[in-house]
Amino acid sequence: MVWARKDLLGLEDLNKEEIELILATAESFKEVSSREIKKVPALRGKTVVNLFYEPSTRTRVSFEVAAKRLSADVINIAAQESSVRKGETLIDTGRNIEALKADIIVIRHNASGAATMLARRVGICVVNAGDGWHEHPTQALLDIFTLKERLGRIEGLNVAIVGDIAHSRVARSNIWGLTKLGAKVTICAPAMLIPPGIEEMGCKITYNIDDALRHADAVNVLRMQFERDEGNAFPQQLEYFKNFGITKERLEKAKKDIIIMHPGPINRGIEISSEVADCSNSVILEQVTNGIAVRMAVLFLVAQGLEKKNEPLN
Amino acid sequence: MKDKVKLLDKDSLNRCLVRIAHEILEKNKGSEDLCLVGIRNRGAYLARRLVDCIENIDKQRIPVGILDITLYRDDLSLIAAQPVVHKTEIDFDITDKNVVLVDDVLYTGRTVRAALDALIDLGRPKSIQLAVLVDRGHRELPIRADYVGKNIPTSVDEAVEVRLIEADSKDEVVIVTKD
Repeated sequence: MVWARKDLLGLEDLNKEEIELILATAESFKEVSSREIKKVPALRGKTVVNLFYEPSTRTRVSFEVAAKRLSADVINIAAQESSVRKGETLIDTGRNIEALKADIIVIRHNASGAATMLARRVGICVVNAGDGWHEHPTQALLDIFTLKERLGRIEGLNVAIVGDIAHSRVARSNIWGLTKLGAKVTICAPAMLIPPGIEEMGCKITYNIDDALRHADAVNVLRMQFERDEGNAFPQQLEYFKNFGITKERLEKAKKDIIIMHPGPINRGIEISSEVADCSNSVILEQVTNGIAVRMAVLFLVAQGLEKKNEPLN
Repeated sequence: MKDKVKLLDKDSLNRCLVRIAHEILEKNKGSEDLCLVGIRNRGAYLARRLVDCIENIDKQRIPVGILDITLYRDDLSLIAAQPVVHKTEIDFDITDKNVVLVDDVLYTGRTVRAALDALIDLGRPKSIQLAVLVDRGHRELPIRADYVGKNIPTSVDEAVEVRLIEADSKDEVVIVTKD
């Protein structure tokens, strides 16, 4: 299996073998973070630019740590304080970064498709760190990596994804990745937070949280993204917790060793109770640790894939 | 690729390893503070065998680890086939140990250079020594082996293949010609 892409834009584009290659590479990288000197020279002399149009702490820091453990140089650009405010377009920003002879752009943008558009117009590597409601591939990869590490396989697992599916790029990337690897995915949310047609991605829908949890080997609890609420789609916080919140009582009806995942940041008492977030079934902090290994693998592979890249359009 | 000359068979390969095991013990005056680290893939198999040989002689089981040097290579962008990154598995502290690096073939010395960097990132050994099954010459770096199974003068058009039961279903060392 050879990685021949210069970009990682989403899991929809990848086949099973490519996803498995990333996971296997990540497994090898995990050991680096357990060393006293947490650094290998694989990307020495490469420059990674984190271009973030949306506020993000954990994803940006995770990419930054990953790049630094590979010995790359890292530059962080937050759009709020950059020339974007002076009216520069995304493509111009991207070309300027390319002109600085950077090697990889990690982009977070509020518009779906932003990473793909940028990747077509620059010759350097682009890694999608979340674009609008579309995809957040590295988050899904680290979720899948954590599941696989805990349960030894993905094929045949029942995975429930609970919460704001409509606004969630994490949900979309997870559905693509998990179904490609042979897991059965059930999504669960209030009806107005489930986008029409999502079952065509190969998942089941339920509006009842107990149904979703009953056979689940793992549940991925999404954050309620109140900052994305434009109208009255969102139920009251307490109402949501009552009907969909993951609590100890609800888990009593689920499998005893069900795995609890959450991409963070968690809203305690809204989508998940404190008790559950801190219980031994919860792998929320393991996800953070594994995120570094997965992002190291992605940065390493796209940098290799760059040699085989196609020329940019324009 | 065609097999040209068989240099070592199962028995002679085994005798080489037994001799190297004796030499390692002689030079280090026993197995105290000694550990072996094999370079993936075939160096790792050889390291495990050497540990067995040392146990037979000295009745001590010394620690053995596996080193993956992919991330330390200086030719990552030059090789056509992408190397797959594997795990480094060294579950003991190498600081203040006498570490014997083990590889199958010593050629340009670049693999060993990468392995030295990788090892030093893991700790500060008292010493690092190098054991190889075959030294085929043509060094590009100032590196030499402390223990050599067999010195084999080769031409650059030839390749030396070490085949081991663990990976290749038989034990032998052959010179193959590229054609």
